[in-house]
Amino acid sequence: MNPVPVLQAKNLVKRYGHVTALDGADFELRAGEILAVIGDNGAGKSSLIKALSGATVPDSGEIRLDGQPIHFRSPSDARRAGIETVYQELAVAPAMSIAENLFLGRELTRFGVVGRVLRILDKRRMLEEARAAMADLKIGIRSMTQPVETLSGGQRQGVAVARSAAFARHVVIMDEPTAALGVKEGNMVLELIRRVRDKGLPVILISHNMPHVFEIADRIHIARLGKRAAVVDPRRIGMSDTVAVMTGAMRPEDIPQECLA
Amino acid sequence: MDTHALPHDETPVLPASTSTEVAPALAREPWHFHLPSLAALGPFLALVAACLFFALQSDRFFTAQNFALVAQQVMVVGLLAIGQTLIILTAGIDLSCGMVMALGGIVMTKLAVESGLPPALAIACALAVTTLFGLANGLLVTRIKLPAFIVTLGTMNIAFALTQLYSSSQTVTGLPDALTALGNTFALGGTQVSFGVLLMLALYVLAWLALRETGPGRHIYAVGNNSEAARLTGINVKRVLLAVYALAGLMYGIAALLSVARTGVGDPNAGQTENLDAITAVVLGGTSLFGGRGVILGSLVGALIVGVFRNGLTLMGVSSIYQVLVTGILVILAVATDQLSRRGGRA
Repeated sequence: MNPVPVLQAKNLVKRYGHVTALDGADFELRAGEILAVIGDNGAGKSSLIKALSGATVPDSGEIRLDGQPIHFRSPSDARRAGIETVYQELAVAPAMSIAENLFLGRELTRFGVVGRVLRILDKRRMLEEARAAMADLKIGIRSMTQPVETLSGGQRQGVAVARSAAFARHVVIMDEPTAALGVKEGNMVLELIRRVRDKGLPVILISHNMPHVFEIADRIHIARLGKRAAVVDPRRIGMSDTVAVMTGAMRPEDIPQECLA
Repeated sequence: MDTHALPHDETPVLPASTSTEVAPALAREPWHFHLPSLAALGPFLALVAACLFFALQSDRFFTAQNFALVAQQVMVVGLLAIGQTLIILTAGIDLSCGMVMALGGIVMTKLAVESGLPPALAIACALAVTTLFGLANGLLVTRIKLPAFIVTLGTMNIAFALTQLYSSSQTVTGLPDALTALGNTFALGGTQVSFGVLLMLALYVLAWLALRETGPGRHIYAVGNNSEAARLTGINVKRVLLAVYALAGLMYGIAALLSVARTGVGDPNAGQTENLDAITAVVLGGTSLFGGRGVILGSLVGALIVGVFRNGLTLMGVSSIYQVLVTGILVILAVATDQLSRRGGRA
């Protein structure tokens, strides 16, 4: 009944000097879901995500991807394993085109071996694949050669989401993807996140925005004091109880059994 | 799943800003948004305007001989500007380029004349020295994270001092022919073109293609655009910067070879006007000092503008101090255009 989780962590510990950021944290991401990760500042939320995306190496504990133990030393390791991250701060090169941004650091080359050695770009194929990746998420931008700086904030984040969805084979991590955006644009990006999930890619969504979390998440992972306090079902628990658990006003043991997920 | 009630219909989530087929975002932008495209064409227009102006002022300007002369003068600055462009594209700057070139010139001439090394080996040593100087700039910028402006201000002085010490501030003369071979000319359309000018043009085309058509070339733009975003997409930003500074050093070495070939001596005081002229050329050519924007061929146009102004004002009999004044005004105009177009381009 319980299939192997896509991404799983057990008993992660991470200390910075005498501050314990992760104190035996567990984590589980299932196939095809949007898992929101919430927590107060210092709850170990960002340390957890950094460990999962390869940005930090935990002191101890175990991470498994599709049941296989993995040891990321850098974000590139995680990317190679098929885990892509979308960042809050619109990590794009503004003067470069949409197609170039989609393939930044992973450019396609042509002219066979010679082209690979000289890294001669296959611009036409990159344009075509960029168009396909954007169409896949129904992002309505016609020209892939226009510079990203001519786009709105939401469209720019759309480029970042399309990039991660195009290259992720296992997991997409979204680190506060709507924080820098207005209400309308934020909602557009939420819709994109849903489309990524519907393509079959599980999504980890880190967010402070409770309405967004409750609108979109299939399950909510509540981080507190370096541990996983609880995983709840947003369809069965209210926003105020969730926040109460997150801030410590409610003990995780007091959550009704049917609200857990 | 269906608790997420929004229908997944076929409507685009992020509609294009207008319904026109081509370049949808351009049509509605405010007027100053169009400045970048104007800025891209601007240097060329400025060059044409300057040529027309000087042609009206002096009938000696529009002659084949005079253009050959301008080309000779531009060749050294133009080559320095290739290295300088690469660095400025990464949002850096190199104040040491002319001094490193002077050091390279002294190294190759002293080794060939006084130490009796074969010319090819002397040239190779000089190229190695200038490349290492560039690499040292790059290491200080990437490892100790010092601003390029400060680092190269330091290495500028170091290179100058080393040049004076090694040469005892004496000009090196009696060079073997091989060192001045690039100054040799051939006839072309009633004038004489030097091989050095051809080398410069070839290197511009090569750099232009590499920046446009290869992965590493685009990574240089990406680093200058948003180095954090470049890092997050897996680009090794430090390696890109190191390569750029080292490559720039190599260009200064080749510029040294051209400078030696043009003057026929090893001059410890070479590169002093060329140092800032190279930066001026890059800025006049439309490359943004903030990094990530610009076309390297523009720097060639910029170098030509500097050369044409110097040459034209000389033909008009204007004293050289006014030439410096005009160059200064040109730089401020170019930087102001860059700044204004950036302010407009931002939403």
